[in-house]
Amino acid sequence: MQSNKVLDAKGLACPMPIVKTKKAINELNVGDVLEVHATDKGAKADVSAWAKSGGHASLQDTEEDGVLKFWIKKA
Amino acid sequence: MSETKRTTIVLFSGDYDKAMAAYIIANGAAAYDHEVTIFHTFWGLNALRKAEDVTVNKGFLEKMFAKMMPKGADKMGLSKMNMAGMGPKMIKKVMKKHNAMTLPQLIEMAQEQDVKLVACTMTMDLLGLQKEELIDEIEYAGVAAYLGDAEDGNVNLFI
Repeated sequence: MQSNKVLDAKGLACPMPIVKTKKAINELNVGDVLEVHATDKGAKADVSAWAKSGGHASLQDTEEDGVLKFWIKKA
Repeated sequence: MSETKRTTIVLFSGDYDKAMAAYIIANGAAAYDHEVTIFHTFWGLNALRKAEDVTVNKGFLEKMFAKMMPKGADKMGLSKMNMAGMGPKMIKKVMKKHNAMTLPQLIEMAQEQDVKLVACTMTMDLLGLQKEELIDEIEYAGVAAYLGDAEDGNVNLFI
């Protein structure tokens, strides 16, 4: 999936994946897609809850080899 | 998006683990674009203490308090399994292994995210703490200022 920016949050523990995701999305334009890579097990629930609260669209998420990937479209 | 939401936290505890929980929630709330306030009172003030020695004029009791209380966030003990300081050493090792942020790092991150750190001036007097002994870029206030932030808050915690 195409993205405008990739955020590597692998190895980071709560609350850093969300703090970094927020910072990354601030730097994007409306409609841009941010791709987030994380290994924190809580990241899936965290990222989707955070995106929903901010009105951003969670486009897709995958998990392979313990790496969670998310695609978020900035609202 | 709707108007800005607000998270207010009273940090009463001087325990490392409890302060960590408070600061993790504060950082998370800041990432949620909340306006975040942490009001430090009683033992929670120690999280704002500078690690280095600061020479200030103090009475005997205040000096005793200053000696007995942890000098800064990194020196705080655990609420459980403190084991005379062994517990914090152990947990810091485990935190490093799991790449978790330490309390001083969480405080720095909170300041970076514009979390409002407030020191309660009344309890500063009780514990004999002076402004010079606390970290920079914090605010000083009392209960009314806290309630001003909290009354239209969405999340309010006492830790």
